[in-house]
Amino acid sequence: MHSAIGPATYRGLAVLWLVLLVVPWVAPNNYILNLATLWLINLLLVASLNLLMGYSGQISLAHGAFYGIGAYVSGVLGAKYGISPWLGLPAALAVTGAVALIVGWPTLKLRGHYLAMATLGFNAIASVLFVELRDWTGGPNGLVNIPPYVLFGWKLDSDRVFFYFTLVMAGACLVLLLNLLDSRTGRALRALSTAEIGAECMGIDVHRHKMLVFMVSAMIAALAGCLYAHHNAFVSPESFDFMTSTMLVVMVALGGTGHWWGAFFGALVYTALPEVLRSVGDLEMLVFGVSLVLVMLFFPRGLGGAMDWVLARFGRGRAGSGRND
Amino acid sequence: MQVDSALLLQLAFGGIATGSIYALVALGFNVVFKSTDAINFAQGEWVMAGGMMAAWLHQQFAWPLLAIVPLAVACVAVLGLASERLSVYPLSQPSPMAITLVTIGFAIATKALVMLTLGKLPMSLPSFSGTESIVLGGASLQPQALWIVGLLLATMAGVHLFFERTVMGKAMKAAAADREAAALVGINVARTVMWAFVIAAAVGAIAGIIITPITLTSFSAGTVLGFKGFSAAMLGGLGNLPGALVGGLLLGLLEAFSAAFISSAYKDAVAFVVLLLLLFFRPAGLLGRAQVQKV
Repeated sequence: MHSAIGPATYRGLAVLWLVLLVVPWVAPNNYILNLATLWLINLLLVASLNLLMGYSGQISLAHGAFYGIGAYVSGVLGAKYGISPWLGLPAALAVTGAVALIVGWPTLKLRGHYLAMATLGFNAIASVLFVELRDWTGGPNGLVNIPPYVLFGWKLDSDRVFFYFTLVMAGACLVLLLNLLDSRTGRALRALSTAEIGAECMGIDVHRHKMLVFMVSAMIAALAGCLYAHHNAFVSPESFDFMTSTMLVVMVALGGTGHWWGAFFGALVYTALPEVLRSVGDLEMLVFGVSLVLVMLFFPRGLGGAMDWVLARFGRGRAGSGRND
Repeated sequence: MQVDSALLLQLAFGGIATGSIYALVALGFNVVFKSTDAINFAQGEWVMAGGMMAAWLHQQFAWPLLAIVPLAVACVAVLGLASERLSVYPLSQPSPMAITLVTIGFAIATKALVMLTLGKLPMSLPSFSGTESIVLGGASLQPQALWIVGLLLATMAGVHLFFERTVMGKAMKAAAADREAAALVGINVARTVMWAFVIAAAVGAIAGIIITPITLTSFSAGTVLGFKGFSAAMLGGLGNLPGALVGGLLLGLLEAFSAAFISSAYKDAVAFVVLLLLLFFRPAGLLGRAQVQKV
């Protein structure tokens, strides 16, 4: 189920990041460049949810809400109280981590899809709060005038500079994720997602590891929210609703649950989809629904699994993604 | 606000009518969950499709409701059948997760299909027996609300009889209890899954048709109804058929009373706070058996 994590994965990531360095110079316009930035932000969302779904066997239907909490905490602190986004970031991470602890602690003790149910309820509550705490969030019209990040007196508000900033932040997060998966903790996670009772017999504290994964995953979503808010300068509640959370789950599965490179494909589809749906007619929604069914039927391991198949068939299936655990 | 018995009664009427719809949607979720352990994201879309289909038939042909309603239910049941046969049945590894994801796919496709064929405009149906309110204890009651409650009870009874009295119903119960053991005694498990989807689609369509005279319907109405129905199913205990009734009515009443006494903006939040507390303290749902294993 999981793609192997090893030196080749780090190399693959490094090569990809080197290639991405040239994006601002080859992107034909700022629209494309901003889509690339959005892809990196979405990559954080999909990769972090993939960590949870792939390595704890749990589904969170509140990833959109955690993304939103990150965006709103840092955004409100900046827009309403003039607090630097550099302080807003740790505040957002702390709030999200605490919320994830409260939602996850009782439900992750139970076997079955109780986390999915609790997070679904939690996302609904968060959506109501984003709209109703008007004095802070600006209500249904959204929060405006969110200040940009400032580094040594230099505003990170041009599209090109912000792309590099996101590239650095996303790269750091992904390396952190890789380190987590390539460590003692990562091996414990892999063990518990393959055979939970077996893992517990080996002395792995299942509840603690599931909590860890859930909190890390929620906090990375919050970081993505901070980046989104301070780049867009505006956030509104519908970006973080139940539909967002559902679509993120779909994107993880579409990319391939537990597949490291799958998240890159999932994020790509997630970023491109609204643009395609907006520019062409209504037929695209039907096409998307049917394609989702087809991918699940023919590539149960997602687009990442399809990539492995192509590599194994036509290449040598290397780059650390061709073999399974 | 003056709190008197008439107001409380009025809120209770509203809550029970809405709650009955939630209960029917929850029933659909439970039938599929019992048989596959998957969450059927298309349930809400079938509710919408039932309402849209009936409204469209009413608009196109001036047939009596007695003909339109069964025809619309049958159409949606066929839609459920086709969805299951074309996407769930061919799955090579039908894990609950894979089935759930596939249902998201055909939920999106169903919504798009209804939008493309029946249009984007909201549609309506006439009330089944007039709109003149009945006054009861100082509160007014729409006749359609009586139809809703009556048809909910009839559907519940029908589904109950199906599971208790028919061979296919008993086979479905057996397959839900233990798939492999059921297969060993000659039950075609794949066929029980198919029937679960057909029943869920039909029950959803009934819910969509009986609510349309009160609220109108449009291609986008399914998501919210599905969401509420799923919450009701969780309140009552997923997979528990009588639980759907309890969860649905409880959710409807909670919404009605919290909208009146707390704030209409927070009514959704109140229902979900109750849901979270229930999950934390009684995770098997109100009627669920205490079968939850602690890790």
